[in-house]
Amino acid sequence: MDELPLIAGQVFNSFSVASLFVLAALGLALSFGLMRVINMAHGEMLMLGGYLAYLVFLVVPGPLAIFVAMPVAFVGAALVGAGLEMTVIRRLVARPLDTLLATWGVSLILQQAARNIFGAIGVGVTAPAWLNHTIAIANGPLAGLTIPATRIFIVAVAVAVLGALNLLLARTRIGLLVRAVNQDREMAAASGINVRQVDLGVFCLGAGIAGLAGVVLALLGPVTPNVGQSYIVPAFLVVILGGLGSLVGTMIAAMLAGLVSALSQIFVDVSSSQVLVLLFVVLFLQFRPQGVIAVRSRALDG
Amino acid sequence: MTAARPLLRHVWVVFLLLAAVAPWIVSPYELSLLGRFLALSILALGLVLLWGEAGILTLGQGVFFGLGGYVLAMHLKLTALTPGDIPDFMTWSGRSELPWWWQPFTNPGVALAAVIVVPGVCAALFAWAVFRRRVVGVYFALITQALALCFATLLVSQQETTGGFNGLTDFSTLLGFELAAKGTVWTLYWITVAFVTLSFLGLRWLMRSPFGMMLRATRDGENRVRFLGHNPTPYKVAAFTISAMLAGLGGALFTLHAGVVSPALVGVVPSIEMVIWVAVGGRGSLWGAVAGTLLVNFAKDEISSALPDAWLYVLGLVFILVVTLVPRGVAGIIEDALSRLRPVSPGRKVAAVTSPAGGGS
Repeated sequence: MDELPLIAGQVFNSFSVASLFVLAALGLALSFGLMRVINMAHGEMLMLGGYLAYLVFLVVPGPLAIFVAMPVAFVGAALVGAGLEMTVIRRLVARPLDTLLATWGVSLILQQAARNIFGAIGVGVTAPAWLNHTIAIANGPLAGLTIPATRIFIVAVAVAVLGALNLLLARTRIGLLVRAVNQDREMAAASGINVRQVDLGVFCLGAGIAGLAGVVLALLGPVTPNVGQSYIVPAFLVVILGGLGSLVGTMIAAMLAGLVSALSQIFVDVSSSQVLVLLFVVLFLQFRPQGVIAVRSRALDG
Repeated sequence: MTAARPLLRHVWVVFLLLAAVAPWIVSPYELSLLGRFLALSILALGLVLLWGEAGILTLGQGVFFGLGGYVLAMHLKLTALTPGDIPDFMTWSGRSELPWWWQPFTNPGVALAAVIVVPGVCAALFAWAVFRRRVVGVYFALITQALALCFATLLVSQQETTGGFNGLTDFSTLLGFELAAKGTVWTLYWITVAFVTLSFLGLRWLMRSPFGMMLRATRDGENRVRFLGHNPTPYKVAAFTISAMLAGLGGALFTLHAGVVSPALVGVVPSIEMVIWVAVGGRGSLWGAVAGTLLVNFAKDEISSALPDAWLYVLGLVFILVVTLVPRGVAGIIEDALSRLRPVSPGRKVAAVTSPAGGGS
């Protein structure tokens, strides 16, 4: 009866949740694969993207402001990422656990700065008219299903980013360098690749993607100083689930986490669904501790 | 060479005496802060075993702190009631009977034991599930962070049985003693000092035992330990469990001193702050952990009352600077200064060189 549209709606919801997870987790997975470090201030790159979108929407009128906001947020977050990589992360590359703590400090500072500049209460972005409606299905087996256009837009952005990233990594010289360093850092360095530069570039790229995700987040709800925190823990879980910095793994893991999260919300409330996602990850690791996609390596200490 | 050593070795007597006579020296407000922070330092001592010795970074210690605190708080809420009644916040949210998992804590003996047993059992199950599959390092840290997030959001969302965002507060008596009375406050303070001392001595004994050596070996080369025919998993699970039990004990004592336990004390942010107390003090040093906890928390109290906005900037900078510039913390600085003052025996020098600068692979 009413259950099919409900479930279909939640499945679609899970696609859009998964898209957000992918956008938030891609940068983490990229630099984790390369440098084995996790940037705890990655959530603040989302926040930064959101605030940059807010500023752009103030300055640029018209329905296409969002297409100005996206590149601005990308570049802005990438620049902050570059600063972070050069000042903090580069010093700690051999100490991944310490990197967690140091970047957490960065995240505290960025959050407090946002609180002082924009206030503790969130700022909002009004979605342009062409995004501000819902698509309702009137008849057929899925009658009653409604899909907000913003959610479709999110999925489209995620697909576009994944496609572009795949092209970049598979078809360009930059991608070749990244893959080389990813496979064997020392061998790559020995063949004359500037691995430090590749690290920096990938880190900036990841931060930039998080900035893009921030623009998308701004369409969904108010941008607050804590907005990054609410998305970043699921993003960490996605990286763990996905396996060592594998793009396909990250994508599948985001889908799984999104599905578990959205489908469980049919039965339980949001906070319990968070617990279920964590349980799912711990259970999953019982069967596949290497994550969805295991990168084969003969090294014991990865 | 030997002239300065016996004095230094017994400097702890001075600190212990100072701690014992503190109620006569400091103001009641300061005593209350000191009691709370000493309770927190029990948790910090546990982190030395887990992080400094075993190289396992947890970002979810607030969960076990919270379990200890909530278990005791549930008992405190229940003793204030006439039998058959339920706590007021449950009535306000429309509940008419006590949830089954509150009922055992009516008994003071069960509640006091549960302060350590509940965090211990939860930690052992969790750690076994995760370490069994060799989930280590950054992965483990991130999973524990998710655990802290889940715990705090569950507490907030299950308002009718947990007190929600406000947590549990407004306690009156423990085992018949008036909690607000001066005598109780002082006794509680001395009990806290005693527990800190006991935890300190117990952990020092543990770290010098073969168990401690296995933990250090696992930290420095888990695969080598495996190649030598040992299974490091039980040791890691034990270390995680012990530190969780200490966290539970600290949580319960903190709840008594502060008169409140709430999700704001156990979530993601407080959990990672707990790690920074130990980082500031020195992750490999027991006395460093106590010193770091007191230092950071008194600084927090001073700075956030003088300049509320400045504290998070300071804390953020402390995170960055301590980790990048002084990974061995205050204890490391002082040990280096002492060893420069006078020659050291070879044994101590080796210990200083191998003490952790990294932490996990």
